[in-house]
Amino acid sequence: MIKRDLIVVGGGPAGMAAALSAHEHGVKDILLLERDQFLGGILNQCIHPGFGLTYFKEILTGPEYADRFIKKITAVKDIEVSLKTFVTQLTGKKVLTSLSPGRMDEIKAKAIIMATGCRERTREMAHIAGTRPAGIFSAGLAQKLINIEGLLPGKEVVIVGSGDIGLIMARRMALEGAHVKAVIEIQKVSKGLVRNVVQCLNDFDIPLYLSHKIIKIHGKDRVEKVDVARVDENFCEIAGSQFEIACDTVLISAGLIPENELIEMAGVVMDKKTNTPVSDKVNQTSIDGLFVCGNAYQIYDLADSVTKDSILAGKMAAEYIRGKL
Amino acid sequence: MPLIKPSPNNNTIYDVLIIGGGVVGCAIARELSKYRLTIALLEKEIELAFGVSKSNSGIIHPGTQNKFGSLKGKLCVKGNKLIRKIAKELGIDFKEVGELIVAFNDEDIEHLKDIQKEAKRFGIAKMKIVDRAWLSKNEPNLSPDIVAALYVPSAGIISPYRMTYDLAENAAKNGVEIFTDNKVLKINVLKNAQVPFEISTTQSIYRSRFVINAAGLFADEISKLVGVDDFTITPRKGQEFLLDKKRENLTNHLIFPLPSKESKGVLVIKTSDGNPMVGPTAQSVNDKEDRATDEEGLNTVLSFVKRMVPSINGHDIIAYFAGLRPVAGDDFIIRHEPKVPGFINVAGIQSPGLTAAPAIALMVVDILKNNGCRLQKKKIFNKFREKTVHLFKADRKKMKRLIKEDERYGDIVCRCEMVSRKEIEDAIDRGARTLDGIKFRTRAQAGRCHGGFCTTRILKILSEKMKVPVTALTKRGRGSIVVMGERKV
Ligand SMILES: Cc1cc2nc3c(=O)[nH]c(=O)nc-3n(C[C@H](O)[C@H](O)[C@H](O)COP(=O)(O)OP(=O)(O)OC[C@H]3O[C@@H](n4cnc5c(N)ncnc54)[C@H](O)[C@@H]3O)c2cc1C
Repeated sequence: MIKRDLIVVGGGPAGMAAALSAHEHGVKDILLLERDQFLGGILNQCIHPGFGLTYFKEILTGPEYADRFIKKITAVKDIEVSLKTFVTQLTGKKVLTSLSPGRMDEIKAKAIIMATGCRERTREMAHIAGTRPAGIFSAGLAQKLINIEGLLPGKEVVIVGSGDIGLIMARRMALEGAHVKAVIEIQKVSKGLVRNVVQCLNDFDIPLYLSHKIIKIHGKDRVEKVDVARVDENFCEIAGSQFEIACDTVLISAGLIPENELIEMAGVVMDKKTNTPVSDKVNQTSIDGLFVCGNAYQIYDLADSVTKDSILAGKMAAEYIRGKL
Repeated sequence: MPLIKPSPNNNTIYDVLIIGGGVVGCAIARELSKYRLTIALLEKEIELAFGVSKSNSGIIHPGTQNKFGSLKGKLCVKGNKLIRKIAKELGIDFKEVGELIVAFNDEDIEHLKDIQKEAKRFGIAKMKIVDRAWLSKNEPNLSPDIVAALYVPSAGIISPYRMTYDLAENAAKNGVEIFTDNKVLKINVLKNAQVPFEISTTQSIYRSRFVINAAGLFADEISKLVGVDDFTITPRKGQEFLLDKKRENLTNHLIFPLPSKESKGVLVIKTSDGNPMVGPTAQSVNDKEDRATDEEGLNTVLSFVKRMVPSINGHDIIAYFAGLRPVAGDDFIIRHEPKVPGFINVAGIQSPGLTAAPAIALMVVDILKNNGCRLQKKKIFNKFREKTVHLFKADRKKMKRLIKEDERYGDIVCRCEMVSRKEIEDAIDRGARTLDGIKFRTRAQAGRCHGGFCTTRILKILSEKMKVPVTALTKRGRGSIVVMGERKV
């Protein structure tokens, strides 16, 4: 079994900030594991501006924001980065198992910081009825297809959810020539930033249906249309309000869920509703020396806030390793 | 060896031609491949198992709850026995988890005793009625209101699509020619000819001495093509809801309510990959492709199963689907059609068709024999198939060895279900052509993120291996195109 001082799992903004901060606070033996082939995490596909305003006092795109940290990490010799490395198991004794092409390792660490990010709520979790044709994407997957793979998910689009990701994707699809026919929001107001509602919807004449929900998805092979209805205070369909929108694509942007299956496996006390560790102090879990930061700890609105709290996580891990926490 | 052969050789004269690449057609193909026959199997979809056989409960029923004397009951009991051997030969995971039919009061217990008596006549063994104490110990999540249950240990679970694929693969290895994307449109019957059947499909024309109609929901339409129209198939929809793997240990057995006349009721199911499942509903529909789920279905299922296992929670649902049972009256229709010598109907194969499939295959062999088909066993029949590797089922030692042998096992594509690049590539080598085909074979995209993370990677691997652009790839063939173009630059 390999032994290390600190392992950071996840190479997005949270993991990178935590690793750098731990190093600054004196940890000399750090292993950063990332399953993708690049560092940067989800920022790599967020090519729109709006990052860095509070932390760098500049307006940056996601990849630019990530790049500042990637440059720093590569400059620090004490931080070893292992890409294409997937952690499959974590125990309460802070032993983890990782797979990478051609190898499987078991590593024990004095402290571990989990910065595994989040996943998107799916159409299934939102219990949207209907068929299961091609053309239903999570907003993040659609973003990746367009921005990273250079592919167009669809042409006539309905978006479920008006959080920032839904709004950004409405604009992104419109910019690529798709016809975004509606953004459907079950709440009375958009959860997104006002500037996003203005810049992503209003400027592109994309209608926002507040207090509405998709009742059913139709289509055998590819999406053909959706049934939409207005909802009352209890989010129940108002009789007679139903109408349909023809479309070939539905993007689901119905919220994010922290990815914490590994710490759950390790026996961390979890809040089942939010899928986050129960703790009274940011980044902490019920297991000593096991920390969680970034969107895995809680869903943040801004990458800058992730950075701020993750720097703290690095410091906490350093103090723990020195026996001070 | 490519499983799906390209364009057929039109000069071949087949002894037997099977229409339908579901579990029934594939079980028949594999059974017949033991004989010296030239056999073809035609499937209209782009892959096998895309009909009824992809969406069902995956239960290998013991045979209880069937009327004594019914074909369904007889073939189910026999199929339950046969599947064990087949699963071993083909390396398919089969687990005998047992089932509990639960009772809430004394009246229910009497009903259980009747079921037990009836089941004994079928030859179902080792059943017993278990009491509250037994249940508390062996099935702790069961509702305290349940007072007793009929325990039937021979019930099991299997992956229905993998069973279909593995039967087909072994059949192909033993010479059966499998043609997908080949919809039968017309059958010409030449009276008194040596080779009476001319089957026209969307791709070609095939000639055969015998035709077996195992077309699932469409068996009535195929039968009509040769003039036999005394049955119709009415789809009966069943909606099912899958729970997160985290709840794998929700129950230790399959949990059944007392059966109703219409169906076996809404169940708490264990599946071969670990996710518990609840369902199915039973509602007759008109459209043979109506696989929509609805809120009513969800609410019905939840209210039924919560009565038996109260801790089941809608929040744990990660996926759902609807399947259609091909219903033609109360029983299976398996018979030679004397009006059209050489034509055999295998129709109305509703539940328990998955369980019965191997027994149906044996019955079809007998029918062929009795109707002039010369059956001679092959000297060499290769009954084994190398078990497909699933990383998520391997222990640490095996995992380590696999990764050492082939580094692609260490390259994880699907994070939720832990599926490696090697498994995806293998699936394509074995015949997967679509996103769903990959999902059914490997479980990639079937987990809690539902492909949110791995879809792009799978598309790229498919595109590379199949040498087609990503824009041509589909979710499940036909018009189910995944992306609608390339981004303009
Ligand atoms: C909700 C549900 C739950 C079930 N649960 C269970 C269970 O737990 N246990 C059990 O034993 N059984 C169960 N069943 C029943 C079982 O799934 C079926 O009996 C079985 O899958 C039928 O297989 P098949 O091969 O006859 O049909 P299919 O799988 O439908 O195969 C027929 C094939 O024929 C093809 N075809 C049709 N027309 C043409 C044409 N013109 N040309 C070429 N090909 C054609 C179709 O595309 C299809 O692939 C369940 C069924 C449902 C719907």
